Order: sequence, then structure tokens, then C-alpha cells
Amino acid sequence: MEAHEELPAWSLPADAVDGIAISADWPERVDRDWAWGGSTGAGVRVCILDSGIEAGHPLVGEIESAVAVSLGEDGEPVVADDDEGDLCGHGTACAGIVRSIAPDCGLFSVRVLGGGYTGSGPVLLAGLRWAVEQGFDVVNMSLSTTKQQFASTLHDIADSAYFKRTVLVASAHNMPVESFPWRFASVISVGSHEGKGSLELYYNPTPPVEFFARGVDVEVAWLGGGSIRASGNSFATPHVAGICALVLAKHPELTPFQLKHVLHLTASNVGAP
Amino acid sequence: MSDESLREAVAAGVMGSEEAHKTLLQSIVDVARAIFHARASSIFLLDEAQDELVFEAVSGEGSDRLVGTRFPADTGIAGWVLVTRQPLVLEDVASDQRFAREVAEETGYVPNGLMAVPLLHEERALGVLEVLDRPNRSQFTLAESDLLGLFANQAAIALDLLQSGRRARAALTGASGEEAVVARIASALAGLEGEERAAGLRLLAALEEVLRRG
Repeated sequence: MEAHEELPAWSLPADAVDGIAISADWPERVDRDWAWGGSTGAGVRVCILDSGIEAGHPLVGEIESAVAVSLGEDGEPVVADDDEGDLCGHGTACAGIVRSIAPDCGLFSVRVLGGGYTGSGPVLLAGLRWAVEQGFDVVNMSLSTTKQQFASTLHDIADSAYFKRTVLVASAHNMPVESFPWRFASVISVGSHEGKGSLELYYNPTPPVEFFARGVDVEVAWLGGGSIRASGNSFATPHVAGICALVLAKHPELTPFQLKHVLHLTASNVGAP
Repeated sequence: MSDESLREAVAAGVMGSEEAHKTLLQSIVDVARAIFHARASSIFLLDEAQDELVFEAVSGEGSDRLVGTRFPADTGIAGWVLVTRQPLVLEDVASDQRFAREVAEETGYVPNGLMAVPLLHEERALGVLEVLDRPNRSQFTLAESDLLGLFANQAAIALDLLQSGRRARAALTGASGEEAVVARIASALAGLEGEERAAGLRLLAALEEVLRRG
């Protein structure tokens, strides 16, 4: 367990049952109209854990804040305000996709790239831990690590996020290697389909990849206000992060468990046309 | 001589030359370029000590001048792919001048499109495979993505061999150089067949007995 968490209730005494009554306002059949009809993502805080975001890009608009994680002189990760923008274009691409689906959500950049290859593992962990501590509603992670030594810590952070109602949306790997955190059951993992619809979402009945979203030949924001066409699970992931923002704006009470269930029920191959 | 340096010396003797491994990498980029009908293909090796990516093999455009050149491991498309472990396919790169210039620094020219995939072996990221300028007529498909993944797997194994060979050969140039004799014997033995090999093994067994008694 991550430090400084409040102890949960371990049991339910009889006189406490009324205290956790939850209004069951779910319709008989959950559909997309109920899930996110009319929603623009307003009020939902979406974190892009990536290469930074180019603020003011026509496809991204303004962002709420930007920080960068790097290794300090003592080798410990440091989180500081970031005015570098985007070092690669990739974070801006992800932010633009989220914005295109949830135009009124708040976008927050946590840059975990740009400090070299060698320190990239600890920086990724520190960035994710910081994002969870901030209580963002959704964290988009179009990246993964193959280092076994980080798996257990990542797993703890992912579980912590799950119980604190921060939804981690992570890119799956399409190569025969073990990588993290997308394999964890506490995150929403995303691979690509070849369709053209940005709300075309498929539930995969044979995990570990749980959902497929648009990830082939996507027009994405890139550096300098421009755009390019790109393919990869990296771009499928923010489609799901955007849909999560839509749902959470309309139903802020949903836990990650319930949100995943809504995604399942409204998937193109389950409940939606 | 430690057991480990002895093992590396023997490995160096039998595992083939630097040239053989480079030929293997070259053949992988040649085939990748042919299969994708691409204009160029290259393999970058991560130099962890320097935190840099190095061109190890290039097929097509740039093959005459790029091998051996280096750039920081966390910049450019190759650096991004390495650090995030995520493959990336980009088209219309040339339409953005600033981005095109950056890409040209790691490709030797301005491609219109590129595919880049991390080379992963067990839990290590060894480098990156890039394929530049597939024909424009076809939209990228997930089948191509799978094919690229298969190629990346093969390239990662080849890179791992190259690195193991380099480590083993580095052990031979250690302070005493004593291991070199063992490597030469192992190498000579590996080249023998039939009766000659059997005779060689008998001789070595006799030598071992003498050494152990001594």
C-alpha cells in the first residue's frame, strides 16, 4: 500500500448498512445516451503523463498546468513547474485526442520524458505517483516499462489510484514481451482497431487487453501548431481517456470499477449500435 | 582466471565474429526494407553508458554514411520509442518543417513517413528498428504492425548476440590476455569435424588431466 492512506473500513456492522446506501439510478439498460449524452467533459481533470503538451495548440487549447519530473543531484526524482512545452510531439497528440472527445475537460501535463533513457524508470514511477496524489480523475499513459524491478511499485500505485477514484488508462503492448502497467487489472488497457470512429470502442472478451479504440491513421496534433497522421496504441489510449472524461463529467460518483463496467456495457460490440 | 571470464573467453571463441553479427543485422534491415517496399530501414543500438543511440545497420538511403553516428537516447522519434517501449507509425512528417528537420537529423534525409519499433529482449530495451517511406498508396494496417513486431523480435535477438559477442571479446582484451589462448583453442575446436574433432577432444582431455595433476 502507498504511504499516508487512510485505513479503510474492514467490515460492515449491522447499524452501518444504512450509511452506505447508494441510490440505484442506473437505467434498466445502460446506453451511450445515459452514459455520456450531452456531456462535454466539463469539470473532469485529465492528466497526460507523457512528453509534455504544447499549450495553445489549435487542437489542444489552453491547459491547466504543466510539471516535469526529473532526477535531482541526489538521484531522487523532483517535480517542478515545466515551461518547455512538448519535447517530442507525442504528448500534444494525446492531449489533442482527449480534447477532441471531451472539449471542456481540464488538461494537465506531467512530463516524464526528456531526462535520458537511464533514469526513465524512476521518473515514470515518480510522475505517476505524483499524478495519483493530485487526485486527477483520469490519467492517460501511452507508455509502459519492461523492467521487472518497477512492476511491484507500479502495481501498488495502480491499486492506490483505483481505490482513490483516479482512472489509469494505459496503452497495451502488441509485442511478445511483458510490460507494465497495462497488464494490471486495476487499469483500463487499450489496443488499436482499424476503424475510423473516435467513439468506436470494443470490449475484448479475452484480456489482458480490455478495450480496442481507434489507433490507425489518426490525424493528431503535433509540434508547432501542426498535425500529422499517426498509428499506434499510443493514440488509441487517449480516445478511451476522453470517453472516460465524458462519462465522469455526467456521473462523477462512478468508481473506476463502475466506469469500466459502463465502458463495457456501451462498447460497440456489446450494447451500442 | 575467474570462471566467468573463462566462460566469456570460450564464448568469444565459438560465437562468431563481429563481422558475422553485423552481417546478420544488415540482412534484417535489408529484408525489412524489401518486405515493406520502403526507401530505407535502420537499426539503432542503445549505448547505455553514454545514454546514446548508435546507427548499427542501415539499408537504402543513408547506408553509405550513417553507420556509427550517434545522438542522445531520449530525443527524436527513436528516443521516444525506446523510452516508452511503444511502437509508432507517422505519416506526412514532411508537412511540418520543424519536425521534418528533427527527423532528418536521425534519418539522413526528410522522409514522408516512418515506422519505429522498440527492440526488446527479455526486460531490456536494446535499441530501435525504423522503416522509412513505405509506399503512399497504402494505408497502414494492423497486419503490418504485427509484421513489424515480428521483425523487431528478430532484430532484438540479433542485437543481443552482437552485444554478448562484444562483451566476450572485451573480456579477452583484459589485463592479462590469458583468456585469448582458451578462446583460440575453443574456436579451433569448433571448426573441426569427425575424426579430427575426436582427436582434438582426446588431446584436450589429456591436457586437462595433466593440468589438474600439476
